[in-house]
Amino acid sequence: MRLTPPANLQKRKLKGKLYAGVLIAATLLGIVVLVTLLVRIFVVGIGHLDWQFITSFPSRFPEQAGIWSALMGTLWMMGFTLVFSVPLGVGAALYLEYYAPKNRWTDMVQTNISNLAGVPSIVYGLLGLTVFVRWMSLDRSVFAGSLTMTLLVLPITIIATNEALRATPSSLATASYALGAGKWQTIRRVILPYAFPGILTGVILSMSRAIGETAPLIMIGALTYIAFVPGSDGLLNAPLDPFTALPIQIFNWTSRPQAGFQEIAATGIIVLLIVLLAMNGLAIFLRDRFQKKIQD
Amino acid sequence: MTRIGFDHELKQLQDELLALGSMVEKAVIKSIDSLKRRDLALARTVVEEDKFINHKRFAIEERCLKLLATQQPMAQDLRIIVAVLHTTVDLERMGDHAEGIARVSIRIGDDPLIKPLIDIPRMTDLALGMLRRALDAFTHRDSAAATRVCQEDDEIDALHEQIYRELLTYMLQDPRTIQQATYLTWVAHNLERIADRSTNIAEQVVFIVTGKREEIGSSKY
Amino acid sequence: MAQAPVNIRPSKHLEVPPMPIGDEPENADPMASETIALETKSLQVFYGSRLALDGISMKVAARRITAIIGPSGCGKSTLLRCFNRMNELLQGARIAGEVLFMGEDLYARDVDPTEVRYRIGMVFQKPNPFPKSIYDNVAFGPRINGNKGNLDELVEQSLRRAALWDEVKDRLKKSALELSGGQQQRLCIARALAVAPEVILMDEPASALDPLATLKIEDLMQELAKDYTIVIVTHNMQQAARVSDYTAFLTTEGGGAPGKLVEFGPKDVIFTNPRDQRTQDYITGRFG
Repeated sequence: MRLTPPANLQKRKLKGKLYAGVLIAATLLGIVVLVTLLVRIFVVGIGHLDWQFITSFPSRFPEQAGIWSALMGTLWMMGFTLVFSVPLGVGAALYLEYYAPKNRWTDMVQTNISNLAGVPSIVYGLLGLTVFVRWMSLDRSVFAGSLTMTLLVLPITIIATNEALRATPSSLATASYALGAGKWQTIRRVILPYAFPGILTGVILSMSRAIGETAPLIMIGALTYIAFVPGSDGLLNAPLDPFTALPIQIFNWTSRPQAGFQEIAATGIIVLLIVLLAMNGLAIFLRDRFQKKIQD
Repeated sequence: MTRIGFDHELKQLQDELLALGSMVEKAVIKSIDSLKRRDLALARTVVEEDKFINHKRFAIEERCLKLLATQQPMAQDLRIIVAVLHTTVDLERMGDHAEGIARVSIRIGDDPLIKPLIDIPRMTDLALGMLRRALDAFTHRDSAAATRVCQEDDEIDALHEQIYRELLTYMLQDPRTIQQATYLTWVAHNLERIADRSTNIAEQVVFIVTGKREEIGSSKY
Repeated sequence: MAQAPVNIRPSKHLEVPPMPIGDEPENADPMASETIALETKSLQVFYGSRLALDGISMKVAARRITAIIGPSGCGKSTLLRCFNRMNELLQGARIAGEVLFMGEDLYARDVDPTEVRYRIGMVFQKPNPFPKSIYDNVAFGPRINGNKGNLDELVEQSLRRAALWDEVKDRLKKSALELSGGQQQRLCIARALAVAPEVILMDEPASALDPLATLKIEDLMQELAKDYTIVIVTHNMQQAARVSDYTAFLTTEGGGAPGKLVEFGPKDVIFTNPRDQRTQDYITGRFG
């Protein structure tokens, strides 16, 4: 007996191919645009990328301008942001997930944290200006910058950590409790090790966001012409020094008329991308190491 | 209700058991008939047909074995199957007793009966009545009825005693009757065994219903 | 309650009398000669306002295997979790009535739930070893308990008792997740044994395992019963019939009604001649 195919099989196959085509086109579009941008930047900026560029301070002359202060400012600021946001973010997520009572108020808090992640960064800048710069008299320092950034990225860290904690199989926690472990022991020995890769992902996401945000830093007064790096008069004073950051420097260069500055702006972008990739790479490496330990 | 298939198999098992009971009953009736009417051909059929009774017993045992292995019977289901195994053996032995009666009939041969048979047929009726009622109680899982069957055993035993004394009297009075009288006591003995095995069946019924194993109504004899 | 000793043999070593067999007089209590390890008295379990278990009164004999059987959703696991206070991890769970362990109230105010769980351990349906090494899994419990010393001997003893030592002795540092399902479950048992409990609760310990692994677990259970009290929840009646000494049958009327204890007794009685028609219907598979 010959099997007769269903009536509209040809039409359905065609439709399927059409959809596949549309999806491929959408993907390609994104890739093509990204590649084009990167290639352009690379082509324009690579010529100026040398050790002199990295270690010089900004100048009125494009040939002598360098990115050292911006690079150092970004690294100092990111460092402190990391130090503040990770404990606060992970701690908040742990509290909300395991210690907070389950009622309407805590539900509201949870929802609003998600909302906070979507608030425009300039609002954080305003907040930072008012609270850290003026009220806490931190002036336009690295501290003020990183505290502001911490506020910005905290929702991301909290949410990502929360997701990672929830993704931990409850059977592991149950096993731990059944052996007589208390809540903190279970969190420390079972849940956190398991959730660590996920938390690290959250950290990567938040750092990636922070490194590129210009508006809040401008709001709190990160200057665009800084010819020194934080810590130049004593390392312990570093947090309180004024600073600049890579995005700001790049933005400043692009707004200058001279063609030379356009080119080194592109170079600056390359440096920014390298820093970003290096950070992500490190975090991914760490995450894979931990994940292998678990998968094994 | 779940386990329809298994319930069906249990019913079939029971039907097979009743069929075996029916075969045995017919064999007993035919064997006593052949004795009364001096019908040696009939007696020989009974002897011949005993092998069918044996086959049926083995067939039922096979079924039980299969059900035990494949259905994981528990509680009452298990007791039923175990009871069927016991009862099948009892029935097959009853068949052997019927065959024994037929053989007696053949041995007596062409000789005339030393006395008209009155008590032996009465004993037969009683014994077969017990068998029928025991199997009925089995089908209906009626432990009260089963207990009553056990109590009828006393009457059988009394009749057995009576037949024995009567035949003894004959033997004492006329030595030429000794051989046949002895044969006739064997017949009565076989009938008494048939009744006794019916009480075994009744005890199995009580076991199915209550899960208890006990001897009911011990005989005075 | 005192802290559990480090060695894994339970501190009290009683002479174990043979199981009472069926030739006692009818109404004799079959548990008269048993030491009672656990007991519930009119136990009720609530989840919020919903009554999940009602009026459960039963005894668990020491160094015997007690099986709890019953249809899905009747509250068997809930009852099991009452014995080691794991129900409290669920929101809104509370009990009424009493649960006694060696005569002491498990739910008394001054009793610490984590202490309870050292003495009454639990193994779950789906093996749940930690994503750590085999050694670290077994050592987890003792380390939580503050034992920082050399745990090599303790780990070895626990693995031996769980009939797993020979299979893993060369790879203690390898991840526990590399083991097969049956091995993982035995590892979970070893892990539970390492804290030297007196009772081991098992919630359908073999239902996720293949038949061979299941039988190995059953053999292990019977070996462990020489030293530990075992309570097992199972929906496999043949397993309950094979391994248990005493069986409890729980059921519910359905439609959200609470679970109740219908019958409890020596397993021979339950499986050959149960007293309650509902028990009979359940174990012969007659539903509906």
